[in-house]
Amino acid sequence: MNPTEYGPGPEPCFTPGSPTKFVVPCSRVTPDSSADYLSGVNRVLNRGGRLVSLWGSWADERAPVLFSAFSDAEGLLLFRLGISALERTFPSIAFLFPLANRLERAVRDLYGWDPEGLPDPRPWLDHGLWTRPPMVPPGVSPAERPVREDSFSEDYRFVRVEGEGVHEIPVGPVHAGIIEPGHFRFQVVGEKVLRMEERFGFTHKGVRSLFRNRPLGEAISLAGRISGDSTVAYQTAFSDAVESATGSVPPLRARWIRSILLERERIANHLGDLGALGNDAGFGFGQIQFGRLKEEFLRTNQQMFGHRYLMDAVIPGGVFRDLGPGEITVLRKECSRVKEGVLELKTIYDEHGGLQDRFSGTGWLDPMLAGRWGLGGVVGRASGQMYDLRHTHPVPPYDKVRVPVSISRRGDVAARVQVRFQEIRHSLSFLDSVLESMPDGSFFNPLEESFSGSEGIGWVEGWRGEVLCWVRLGTGLTVLDAHCHDPSWILWPALEQTIPGNLVADFPLINKSFNLSYSGHDL
Amino acid sequence: MHKILLKIFRTGNLTEPLPVPAPPLEKPCSLARGSLSIRHVDAGSCNACELELHALNQSIYSPETLGIRFVASPRHADALLVTGPVTLAMKEALKATAGATPNPRAIIAMGDCAINGGVFRGSYAVAGGVAEVIAVDGQIPGCPPAPGQILAFLERLALPEPHP
Ligand code: SF4
Repeated sequence: MNPTEYGPGPEPCFTPGSPTKFVVPCSRVTPDSSADYLSGVNRVLNRGGRLVSLWGSWADERAPVLFSAFSDAEGLLLFRLGISALERTFPSIAFLFPLANRLERAVRDLYGWDPEGLPDPRPWLDHGLWTRPPMVPPGVSPAERPVREDSFSEDYRFVRVEGEGVHEIPVGPVHAGIIEPGHFRFQVVGEKVLRMEERFGFTHKGVRSLFRNRPLGEAISLAGRISGDSTVAYQTAFSDAVESATGSVPPLRARWIRSILLERERIANHLGDLGALGNDAGFGFGQIQFGRLKEEFLRTNQQMFGHRYLMDAVIPGGVFRDLGPGEITVLRKECSRVKEGVLELKTIYDEHGGLQDRFSGTGWLDPMLAGRWGLGGVVGRASGQMYDLRHTHPVPPYDKVRVPVSISRRGDVAARVQVRFQEIRHSLSFLDSVLESMPDGSFFNPLEESFSGSEGIGWVEGWRGEVLCWVRLGTGLTVLDAHCHDPSWILWPALEQTIPGNLVADFPLINKSFNLSYSGHDL
Repeated sequence: MHKILLKIFRTGNLTEPLPVPAPPLEKPCSLARGSLSIRHVDAGSCNACELELHALNQSIYSPETLGIRFVASPRHADALLVTGPVTLAMKEALKATAGATPNPRAIIAMGDCAINGGVFRGSYAVAGGVAEVIAVDGQIPGCPPAPGQILAFLERLALPEPHP
């Protein structure tokens, strides 16, 4: 695709001279008007593009800006729409990309800009606790907290189903298990769910405001705590963004180590999920066995990278530490041990009638819908979608050591289990090859500091799906503004579509098979 | 079926001895008599603290062998284990959960966020550590605290008080 088709001013999203071969290609268009924006986005839809993220920014004195990111075969396409500081409205694109609905509502809550033409007037992140939109323009002192001190119970308008025998089950925010807070509203008849609706924002921590005017060192550690299970993906995307903004080139060896960390994060999470899925289907044996494999992985992480979940192992410019030859041998041995263990458990899972009975046909996500919405991640791939950045837009070392896309077309819980098994296998083979062919060199290059006011973007295939980070830097490597986008934004609405027709009792199993992030979504 | 049995047999007992004995509690707490039922509340964490609770709650650490159990309702709990900085949206829910826990009860703040807001301190959307909202009886520092540390703390809490 030629980005000129989408609007005026196609230019690279990065500072000139940026190491573009290390990040997914990105072009930026700057529509002059709302009408231009809409026709550009319309063209993206017609050319088969998909929505990645949408966010606001009010980082400098100039007028506020609305960003929306799409992807196509070429890479990322970023729309940068200036918003009139007086009118504070922007055209909604939810009629073209339905998944924009919650993202636009979040922009309305955070900035007070109105998405024109969005039929859904309900708040999303705001729980009726804010006296004004919390993201104030720069220069305005945020001294006064925009918070109601009186406790306020919000009356959120869920869509209700009426009819004989229909009743409603509210669940959350505090759940019965060890999971994050969120609210689910079920409309059921008997045991069958007619409709499920989500209400989130309980873990909203105001991360966007915390990024403002942060020294880089603090910002990267914050980025690694947006969704703890994806800390490597976030810190890699954030570092890519900073590197592309400053025109810095991380050493090749650092890219290799980052990919090792990323795949270790993927494997650890998949192991945990496979165990939990067994457990939720009444097969505690799975939980114990997979838990044991995962624990071994986490302990090795602790030993080599100083953190069980690899927090703060990736930093802008490279990685926190190098791997010695002895450690590489240990990691390779561990890979082959885990491979064997997983293979053995896969046979047990596959042959277990009771387990397969619970998995098969449960929580079916229509591949047609997944295609229309452009869903990626484990969930999208289990419903037949070929999206995997490691494969479609490989950056080193994924261009040298190829990872096949793990895919299933069945769309049920069983498919999501199978995709996880396949991905573990592929990641382990990948790790083995990468560990064998590590390039020499340093593991860190200091960042270029001779620049002022630049933007960069990073886009990484995390274990759950695509994580995107955008940063705007000021002088002295201060982060002026940053946005991180979790794949859960796009996948939570898909969960809603998956539940109707299932039994209430199957919800935990289906939810687990998605295993989406609340914290990453609520930000 | 035989594959499962064989695997169980070959795996053997995974439970490890308790790594480090925890220091005695500052404020001894006499609510437990060798058993402790815990209700976990996520007040807005990043979810890594939950990952460690899952890691804890299985056979390698095996808290149940020490009488420590995670329960589904605050009504059944001796202690609330709270993770994450308390977000404004979770403040009321946390208070309500604490209110539903019968006395005597202990409130434990787990993780740096629950102790003082951690990296999220100062945000408009965060009330701060758990102590800003309800009185806290004990703290488990770390980001996130490792399962061994959590277990050592909980074991100390579950111990029957020596009665002189
Ligand atoms: S203490 Fe660390 S791991 Fe726990 S919720 Fe806070 S940031 Fe996450």
